[in-house]
Amino acid sequence: MNNIIKRFIPQILAILFVVLIFGFLTLNAQTNMDNRGIDFGFDFLSQESSFDVQFSLIEYSGSDSYARAFLVGLLNTLLVSFISIIICTILGVIIGVARLSSNYLIKNSAAWYVEFFRNIPLLLQIFFWYYAALRALPMPEKANAWFGVTYMTVKGYYIPAMVWENLNVFLYCGLAAIISIIVMRNYASRLRDTQGKQIPVLLYSVALLIVLPLLSFIFGGVSLEFEIPELKKLSKISYIYEGGISLPPELIALVLALSLYTSTFVAECVRAGIEGVSKGQKEAAASVGLTPNQVLKLVIMPQALRIIIPPTTNQYLNLTKNSSLAAAIAYPDLVLVFAGTALMQTGKAIEIVSITMLTYLTISLTIAAIMNWYNKKIEIKEK
Amino acid sequence: MRKIMFKIIKQLTSVVAMFAVLFAFSTETMAAKKSKTLENTKKRGFVRCGVSQGLPGFSNADESGNWTGIDVDVCRAVAAATLGDATKVKFTPLSAKERFTALTSGEIDILSRNTTWTLSRDADIGLTFVGVNFYDGQGFMVRKGSGIASTSEFKNGTSVCTNLGTTTELNMRDFFDSRGISYEPVVFEKADEVVAAYDAGRCDTYTTDKSGLAAQRTKLSAPDDHVVLPETISKEPLGPVVRQGDSVWEDIVRWSLNTMIEAEEYGVNSSNADMMKTSNNPAIKRLVGAEGELGAAFGLDNEWNLRIIKQVGNYGESYKRNIADTGILPDRGPNELWTKGGILYVPPAR
Repeated sequence: MNNIIKRFIPQILAILFVVLIFGFLTLNAQTNMDNRGIDFGFDFLSQESSFDVQFSLIEYSGSDSYARAFLVGLLNTLLVSFISIIICTILGVIIGVARLSSNYLIKNSAAWYVEFFRNIPLLLQIFFWYYAALRALPMPEKANAWFGVTYMTVKGYYIPAMVWENLNVFLYCGLAAIISIIVMRNYASRLRDTQGKQIPVLLYSVALLIVLPLLSFIFGGVSLEFEIPELKKLSKISYIYEGGISLPPELIALVLALSLYTSTFVAECVRAGIEGVSKGQKEAAASVGLTPNQVLKLVIMPQALRIIIPPTTNQYLNLTKNSSLAAAIAYPDLVLVFAGTALMQTGKAIEIVSITMLTYLTISLTIAAIMNWYNKKIEIKEK
Repeated sequence: MRKIMFKIIKQLTSVVAMFAVLFAFSTETMAAKKSKTLENTKKRGFVRCGVSQGLPGFSNADESGNWTGIDVDVCRAVAAATLGDATKVKFTPLSAKERFTALTSGEIDILSRNTTWTLSRDADIGLTFVGVNFYDGQGFMVRKGSGIASTSEFKNGTSVCTNLGTTTELNMRDFFDSRGISYEPVVFEKADEVVAAYDAGRCDTYTTDKSGLAAQRTKLSAPDDHVVLPETISKEPLGPVVRQGDSVWEDIVRWSLNTMIEAEEYGVNSSNADMMKTSNNPAIKRLVGAEGELGAAFGLDNEWNLRIIKQVGNYGESYKRNIADTGILPDRGPNELWTKGGILYVPPAR
């Protein structure tokens, strides 16, 4: 009995307390809204939004609903986070490893890079890229072609668009390539465990990834053409590129700022991870005759990753949440489109802000879940 | 056992303490509900007024932090009427996005920030519009060198800079959609960011209320290289807004604005207001508090309107000082009295 009291009563009280606080806050908001004649409800989501958005991954126009506008904002947030996470990971790993280099120049430039980008507030970096760096770009009519067919201008980066025929066949071939690679890898590791034979898995994987989709062009009726951006005159002095894809400068500035900033933190995680593996491991691995490459791949990295993943997950979460600073430079992310324009046009502050908060929470928890799954996968498996 | 009991009692007391805090808080909100905005304003000693983050002619602060503009004058008029001193106003600069939340949450008591009166804003979101102090319409600004002379010359792919959270965003869509032109909206939260982006060539055109275009043009690096197109694509009646649910405060703000307009109509201004007390015209005498008990209806003394006219001036003086003399819009256009061919017409103060 004593034990039960000891264990449960404080917990029940704590839960009760939390429930009461939330109840009170809800009630308080409700009375205040009633007093001011504000209705609460989510009906507005199905109403016509009647505003346009600059940049969208899905078909969207002002005659679509607020729910669709929400989706547009959400996808834009996910897009900028996804691109930035990939770039910051690549940069972070390179810089992190470079910091451990024995070359004085490489080591110190990496250290300077980290200290520089880590210690300037992110919002300022976003402003720098948007208002200073990208503003120095030429107007569309004066832009020089990069790689022959892309144009970097003050109005955005114009790249050729891919026009596919039978895209689905190509995608199926790609999928088939990935599945066969997984099967082959499993087979290879079984072969190694049972018979001690090694096959060049990487080489075969690359070959599969190239050959299978290539076959789809020859036999599957797949064809790919590029639509190249062409200069079009809007008025006597103003031009634009038409055809192709336009990446707005807002997106570019945001990706640059987010990935450069976060890459410094990732770099530190990587450095900490590698330094966290004891020297003896490396020496022992070398002494049993593994090549330096094998030492890194089979001994150091598996152990380092376990140290790297959890803090890096945090950085990915931070990056995603930081992407909401997009609103400062007119990139139409979730905050700008939904918690900005939609909120203003409907006046549904409480509803929209709670939906937005829940959405960020869901994105963050999803990223955390994926990273936890990966972390579990690479944990030491006690045998 | 005693130790456990002690622990539980300790936790219980902290819970009780938290409850005490909660209840104290809730009774306070109950009290605030009963008290009128006017009482709070008198107690505080200043009027809390939401304005723009800097729109010359409407609400703009100089280097020393003095606010001027016709929107500012509405708040000053309310301060003169309720507190007897037009300078007793605390101005809160707000972005278009923040403005309504600031008002409904009680951070400010008057929103006088070139805000368009629309049905949904008036009916839906807990706001009440009290009148119109500027009749405006949305227009476009382009570079002179572009050779564009009319909105009919816009082509597919035009990029348009504008402000977030405004009726402008909606009008722009109506305009381009109805003409079947595809366009790229680039929306910023702050007006200064819009100006900077347009100035840098990010956008081909800048759209907002025409008065706003005229005012913002002065902030461009080469104002003379830009021109406002003649077409007006929307109706934008701009006016002060108050929270729903305090009808006395609503009336005070409405009639402070009306007093300024009516004073111009009767030729009463800041320099002749005192002399007008002995006028033969009863309407003028009422306007300067020499006849009738107009203030009593709001719980104000009888000279509330005289103070507005003496300290802030009539609408014509305010317009001249803020908009005409600063070169923003020398021509009053629709913002002229109904007796002189404009559409300014207010109900009689009697």
